Amino acid sequence: MFTVFLQFLFSGLTTGAVYALVGLGFNIIYNATSIINLAQGEFVVVGGLLMWLFSESFKLPFLVSAVLTILVSGLLALLMERLTIKPLPKTDLLLMIMITVAVSILLRGLLMFKFGKNPYVYPPFTEGEPFIIAGAVIQQQTLWVIGITFSCIILIYLFFNRTLIGKAMRACAVNPTAAMLVGIDVEKMIMLSFVLSAMVGAIGGIAVTPISLMEYDKGPMLAVKGFCAAIMGGLGRGRGSVAGGFIIGILESMTAGYIHSGLKDAVALLILLAILFFKPAGIFGSKTALQMRRF
Amino acid sequence: MLEIKNINKSFGGISALSDVSFNANEREIKAVIGPNGAGKTTLLHIISGIYPPDGGEVIWSGNKISGMSSVNIARKGISRTFQHVELFGHLTVLENVMIGRHMRTKAGFIASGLKLPFVGREERKIKAKSEEILDLVGLRNKEYELASTLPIGEERMLEIARALATEPQLLLLDEPASGLNEAETNALSVFITNLKTNLNLTIMLVEHDMGLVMNISDSIVVLDFGEKLAEGLPEDIRNNKLVIDAYLGDEDI
Amino acid sequence: MGRGNFTTLLVFITAISLFPFIGSGSYVLTVGIFSGINALVAIGLCILMGYAGQVSLGQAGFYGIGAYVSAVISVKFGLPVIVCMAAGMAVAAGAAVVLAIPALRLKGHYLAVATLGFGEIIHVILNEWGLGGPSGFGDIPNFSLFGITVESASSFFYLVWGVVAVTAVFSFNLINSRNGRALRAIHDSETASNAMGVDVSVLKIKVFILSAVYAAFAGSLYAHYVTFISPASFSLFHSVLLLMMVIVGGITNIWGAIVGAVVITVLPELLKKFEEFDILVYGLILTLSLMFFRKGLVPLIIDKLQQRKGSGRA
Repeated sequence: MFTVFLQFLFSGLTTGAVYALVGLGFNIIYNATSIINLAQGEFVVVGGLLMWLFSESFKLPFLVSAVLTILVSGLLALLMERLTIKPLPKTDLLLMIMITVAVSILLRGLLMFKFGKNPYVYPPFTEGEPFIIAGAVIQQQTLWVIGITFSCIILIYLFFNRTLIGKAMRACAVNPTAAMLVGIDVEKMIMLSFVLSAMVGAIGGIAVTPISLMEYDKGPMLAVKGFCAAIMGGLGRGRGSVAGGFIIGILESMTAGYIHSGLKDAVALLILLAILFFKPAGIFGSKTALQMRRF
Repeated sequence: MLEIKNINKSFGGISALSDVSFNANEREIKAVIGPNGAGKTTLLHIISGIYPPDGGEVIWSGNKISGMSSVNIARKGISRTFQHVELFGHLTVLENVMIGRHMRTKAGFIASGLKLPFVGREERKIKAKSEEILDLVGLRNKEYELASTLPIGEERMLEIARALATEPQLLLLDEPASGLNEAETNALSVFITNLKTNLNLTIMLVEHDMGLVMNISDSIVVLDFGEKLAEGLPEDIRNNKLVIDAYLGDEDI
Repeated sequence: MGRGNFTTLLVFITAISLFPFIGSGSYVLTVGIFSGINALVAIGLCILMGYAGQVSLGQAGFYGIGAYVSAVISVKFGLPVIVCMAAGMAVAAGAAVVLAIPALRLKGHYLAVATLGFGEIIHVILNEWGLGGPSGFGDIPNFSLFGITVESASSFFYLVWGVVAVTAVFSFNLINSRNGRALRAIHDSETASNAMGVDVSVLKIKVFILSAVYAAFAGSLYAHYVTFISPASFSLFHSVLLLMMVIVGGITNIWGAIVGAVVITVLPELLKKFEEFDILVYGLILTLSLMFFRKGLVPLIIDKLQQRKGSGRA
């Protein structure tokens, strides 16, 4: 009984880690621009599929492939921001929502054109026997996913709190006008936030593909789940979204395991609606912070 | 009669209004003055239902209105203008005033969609009445222009016109002279006085322009740091030691 | 409706009535029918977004409710199709209230994602508990009224576009009434609207219901035309397509919604020769039109016409 529970917990932690990274990606951009980048999920897919391309198709070494994947994903996000976000007025909310949706369709189209509709997979990072904890199997790759997620979270925390650029980006989030007045290049920070969040998404994709496979159209669902995570944690709060991601991942896998697998997706959505309707500031967020936001 | 009873309001621990009480009689122009941050706009927001008060009551014609939504307060015959003009920028000047007629008219979605005969009659009445009001404020010649294209002086007059279209008994004006030149301010003071005498309105006025306030008010309330400092006739306020101290270096009185 | 709209309506009706004679063949007609069905949803979405300033990324949910409720009732209970369709619209209206009341406090991104979540939940529900599950069900009766069954593509084409024409007129009347004015007002300032006695909450709920009923009407027409439905037709992707129609056509214009619906419905048919390119081209068209024709096709055409008029006069 406990073994089964533990098994669901492990699988929930794996998916939860990816949701956490997507949620973190949302927050990075939201904090710099007050935009929700609905193409966030696509970058996870980009990460997984490019990693396959470099490591399996081009037969490049693992680390080279990973670095290339992350760089190319960042480059894609850079193009996205320069070509579509920058020229448009950021005050037009509907336009901002639609343009990120449009870009996500475009990315999906590119991915389908290049990779087709089949799921892709490559071997786990390390070969070896899975660990057994109280009878439950935990794959080595699962540990990789969770480890990488937490490393990302720590690195991003350090970036935002210890580096000058990170602090400048936070300043843009709090008050873009004031940030501009003290000489921060707000435009550059927005660009950087897109690149950074895409890289975070791609890392998630690289890590999770050996376990859950990757196909061109996984993006929208990942975006919805990641957004649930971000909302749950209180939009704009990185650590909150990480907690939210894991909670959603675990609840999903419990629902799939104990109730019915078809309802897995409904859980995250129901949580999302419940939070939006009853506590839009998020479980870990504060109401005042929400009111200070432009959107 | 409007009765403000022991109103308290604070934002995040900072008190904006504490224990403010006064009355405004029917057909009276009551001015609320005070230095910046005295709580004047907060008071208007509470009367018009944009904020609920933390404590105290607002009584209008014998009914408690504090705690009601701003829609319902509007329906009780209280209308207002805004310090930072809140016109409907994508609507024409005429349409802005016509919005004021909304709560006095009935046609629902289905009746409007089917264009039942009464809908057309009602719409014609809305238009006629709104144009009448635009004549009153002197904006009839701009009725088909977008509200966002007006200069500030006309924006303020249009806000008053829109408020009048709701047929209020109490009109709240939040700094109506702000941004106006001297000629416009003089015209405004005549206009406001006429509203009182011709339309029998009770008017509550928040204003920084002391010339205007002293000129048209029947009585004045002075707020300072959220507290009522003084209340009385314009000449009393002019000579009040406390008021002069509060304003020292702030404005001429 | 004004004189300009009236002239356009006449042109529109003429074009529609002649279409089956020009564009013969059931394939062309079917594309025409789908255009009309989408136009119906798009008109509602246009009023919701372009006029009232609300966002919906879940309109396919209402569309799906209309289709499923109507189809299931007609298959299971054999009630007259028109009754089933009315039931579909009623359920959608109820769902709109359930969505709109808690969503009243939400704006912008929050509202967008809440409606997206709603649409996806409907999709999950249809997959899990809808008749036939993910593979759907068939044998849905054709549309019939007073004993006359509409079976042929050309007669259904007239039926659908007749409904679109009536809906468009209804919508124009609504937009040009005190209600339309109030919807535009809440788009500009909710605070001022409330202070002028315009009940913002009630209006928002009403406009959500309106758009949901249009969508459900369209959904039920769809079900009784194709006679086979599955949840795949009512996914998030369809919501996005609907949004695309409204934006490509011009979000503040009902004609725009109709034109956008036709363009976005016909486009993939034209793109079919690209096969695996289609999503890519779709995304490209949407991105470019957002970048360069932000106001949409119809306002663009109106501007051009007015420019020509202006230069002709001078």
